[in-house]
Amino acid sequence: MEAMLQPVADFFGPTWPAVWTLVKIVAIIAPLMIAVAYLTLAERKVIGFMQVRIGPNRVGPWGLLQPIADGVKLLFKEIIVPSGANKGLFILGPILAIAPSLAAWAVIPFDDGLVLANVNAGLLFLLAITSMEVYGVIIAGWASNSKYPFLGSMRAAAQMVSYEVSMGFALICVLLISASLNLTDIVTSQGQGRFADMGLGFLSWNWLPLLPMFVVYVISGIAETNRAPFDVVEGEAEVVAGHMVEYSGMTFALFFLAEYANMILVSILTSVLFLGGWLSPVGFLPDGFHWLALKTAFILLLFLWARATFPRFRYDHIMRLGWKVFIPVTLVWVFVVAVWMMSPLSIWS
Amino acid sequence: MEFKTFVFYFLAVIMVFAALRVITARNPVHAALFLVLTFFNAGGIWLLLQAEFLAITLVMVYVGAVMVLFLFVVMMLDINLDRIREGFWSYLPVGALVGILMLVEMVMVLGGSYFGLEAMPAPPTAGEGFSNTRELGRVLYTDYVYPFELASLVLLVAMVAAVALTLRKRKGIKYMHPSDQVAVKREGRVELVKMQAEKED
Repeated sequence: MEAMLQPVADFFGPTWPAVWTLVKIVAIIAPLMIAVAYLTLAERKVIGFMQVRIGPNRVGPWGLLQPIADGVKLLFKEIIVPSGANKGLFILGPILAIAPSLAAWAVIPFDDGLVLANVNAGLLFLLAITSMEVYGVIIAGWASNSKYPFLGSMRAAAQMVSYEVSMGFALICVLLISASLNLTDIVTSQGQGRFADMGLGFLSWNWLPLLPMFVVYVISGIAETNRAPFDVVEGEAEVVAGHMVEYSGMTFALFFLAEYANMILVSILTSVLFLGGWLSPVGFLPDGFHWLALKTAFILLLFLWARATFPRFRYDHIMRLGWKVFIPVTLVWVFVVAVWMMSPLSIWS
Repeated sequence: MEFKTFVFYFLAVIMVFAALRVITARNPVHAALFLVLTFFNAGGIWLLLQAEFLAITLVMVYVGAVMVLFLFVVMMLDINLDRIREGFWSYLPVGALVGILMLVEMVMVLGGSYFGLEAMPAPPTAGEGFSNTRELGRVLYTDYVYPFELASLVLLVAMVAAVALTLRKRKGIKYMHPSDQVAVKREGRVELVKMQAEKED
């Protein structure tokens, strides 16, 4: 690979590192965008099957061209800026919504050594970047100069800040037992232990010793991405569509893309932190990227399943779950894990 | 010019500009957003100094949490700028005096013999496996454990005080406990009564 790329590297000279990084970024973002497009189709199909419907089946075979038709439709629509809106911030809102959900992919390890930036503080970087996601929603809601978007953005601010805390505590447990902030190290540390030596790797992953944290993380992830049953931010029965009311065309599409990109991000993070990333569940099968894709797809199915199953939460119930249930549970479990690690019964040494 | 120097000036110029706009912007929401930009660039400069833990924590805590709540409050306030600017000229002498005092102090500290390149040479670049987080954690929980615990206690007291100040029990409001609502059983709500079919003759 290195020798093959040498002539190209010579052609670009000193700008080669920047060019090569850009190529890698495109290699991550382009498949991601295709995955986002087909996740929207998968959602409609899966929920359709769960509700004994067919789902989209008109555009292309089995409706496979539906996301492309949707995209083209949104591209050609006019972008309307409301007359009382704050124009600069109105345009900045959707951009700030999608930028963090793309930037976070810089530190996601897809396979052993297959990562754009193998930084030491990868987990911290992820926490910081994902905490930026709320700005897009808040700015969009305020800049629209309209009541429903504003109410939606207020809800978003309160909800995302609340669930970030319990998510943070869940991550603290993970980094306690893997003793590293580097995501590649977190995955490789899950491949060690008594069960992994017996060839039953899936029992050594973090989900089993940290089961309460795993549940809290998945549920908080659904809340953090504003997905049903926590989608009061855009609850159409209460605030029409929340922060997206005044947006049309491509600006709306950016919010849409950001939501699904965030879903994929949370799913892949859950797989990396709790389900052993690219590690194979059993000893006799080789590790590889396909395992990570499979685990991510499973968590994504959970997202869709939850949406098809549960009715929307009432807002005070959401706040109660975040502050009065999840935060005490996670606080206690951080303490339990810390004591467990120091006791002679520790399984991480 | 070295690439690192270029990055520093790039971040520093944006940071100073954003910091100036925080105090000159007419719209309070714009001012808060410029403060976010300032924090972000400060984080970038810290990253240049190889303090990745502090840089990321700055973004996480201030940008991700504090400023969100700040915006939350600022957006809901109806701030009338003309009313705030009414006393500008009468406050100007006092304000200018405080500003000049602070400037003099800063010049005395930064320009004196304590902060020059001779007094504080650039730290050696960290090795390959150096972890800023591990280093900070070790120092915080060993050498400085008492000041650290004391600071956390002060924060806890502040939190309790804030809750105690704002907590009000209003009487006569119809409030339902979510835990009661969650625990509702079918037997408590629905009663099925068996009765004969009524016929009209």
